[in-house]
Amino acid sequence: MRILAAVFLVLAIAACQSHSTLYQQLGGADGVDSLVTRFMERIGSDPRIAARFADTDPARFHRLLSAQICSISNGGCVYDGDSMAQVHAGMDIRPAEFNALVEDLISAMNDEGLPQAVQNQLLARLAPMQGDIVGH
Amino acid sequence: MARLVLLIAWGLALTGPAFGERGRLLATGGIAHLDGGAGGGIVPMALLAGYASDDQYGGTVSATRTDVDDYRLNTFSAAFNWHNRIELSASRQVFNLGTLGRQVGTGALDLQVNTVGVKVRLAGDVLYTEMPQVSLGAVYRRHHDFDIPELVGAREDSGTDAYLAATKVFLAGWLEQRWLVNAAVRNSSANHAGLVGFGGDRESGRSTLLEGTLGWFASDALLIGTEYRQKPDNLTALDEDNWRDVFIAWFPDKQWSLAAAAVDLGDIGPLEDQRGVYLSLTGSF
Repeated sequence: MRILAAVFLVLAIAACQSHSTLYQQLGGADGVDSLVTRFMERIGSDPRIAARFADTDPARFHRLLSAQICSISNGGCVYDGDSMAQVHAGMDIRPAEFNALVEDLISAMNDEGLPQAVQNQLLARLAPMQGDIVGH
Repeated sequence: MARLVLLIAWGLALTGPAFGERGRLLATGGIAHLDGGAGGGIVPMALLAGYASDDQYGGTVSATRTDVDDYRLNTFSAAFNWHNRIELSASRQVFNLGTLGRQVGTGALDLQVNTVGVKVRLAGDVLYTEMPQVSLGAVYRRHHDFDIPELVGAREDSGTDAYLAATKVFLAGWLEQRWLVNAAVRNSSANHAGLVGFGGDRESGRSTLLEGTLGWFASDALLIGTEYRQKPDNLTALDEDNWRDVFIAWFPDKQWSLAAAAVDLGDIGPLEDQRGVYLSLTGSF
């Protein structure tokens, strides 16, 4: 019980210290740029989903995804690309493919050394998009 | 029936990755409930066993040992998951009444119970929808050794539980941590979770019981939590209390998981304060 109390105390202190935006916790523009690059490397070498990105322009994808992450992490960017529903319309993305993508993102975040609490927040803000991306 | 399902599942497990598919995220299959379906050890969840996604199939096999002061329970179980929609499960449970058997002069007694279960995911996704994942399940249990349960007043040697479970993972919940919250409501006439027959002298019919789980993800692969299971008290000769535990579940990869728990089963009949340890190994295919 004492150990549990200590764990929560540490978590509470850590949470109180994070007044900064999620964007800042991701490392700002440089951090997001690096994360997206790692993520794209992971996707490109993932046999489960790499073929889905065969026709994707890497530079454009990098720019739009960076803007989107900046936007949802309170980095002050405006994402001006197509909506997730528009981008994935007609692709019939399977849930297993979406989950493979999430696994690649988690691997990329681990590669970048992002703390669990930061990873949790980014995942939580991306998770509601699943319904717009899968099965259309 | 239960034996056949177990045999097939073990066979499939040995074929390993060649058979099933694992398109869901780590830990989203929970751990094996005593009855074989996905849950925590003593409380079922709305999750479906294994890692099969919407167009896949797969499953799990599990071995569990629960040792409390005067009783022991060994469980072998299996579950099959079709399209992350329907889960079929089976288990063979051997309940050892060590101390009680010696007290009544029959020696260390083993009671064997076989179960088969079905669970259907009705709505929601544990990770991606605002609403929790909600599933409806039923478990049928049958005793092979009914003499002792009958002696202490159990009315039936078989019975069926029905339950509704709702499970949600808050990816960045309180303190920006990842939390698992699960609640289940069960309708059952089982005595001692079905290990000592169904219905009794105090209460012969069915009861509606509440159960819950709260877990904290220390990492993607490590879940620490607690379970609580409300129990009826149907038998005068063999009192029962609510069950609770504190558990840690480790998911090193999608093929294996290991769970350990400190369990508190309260009084079981004349033997009070039954506390001990639960250990469970699950393989996914």
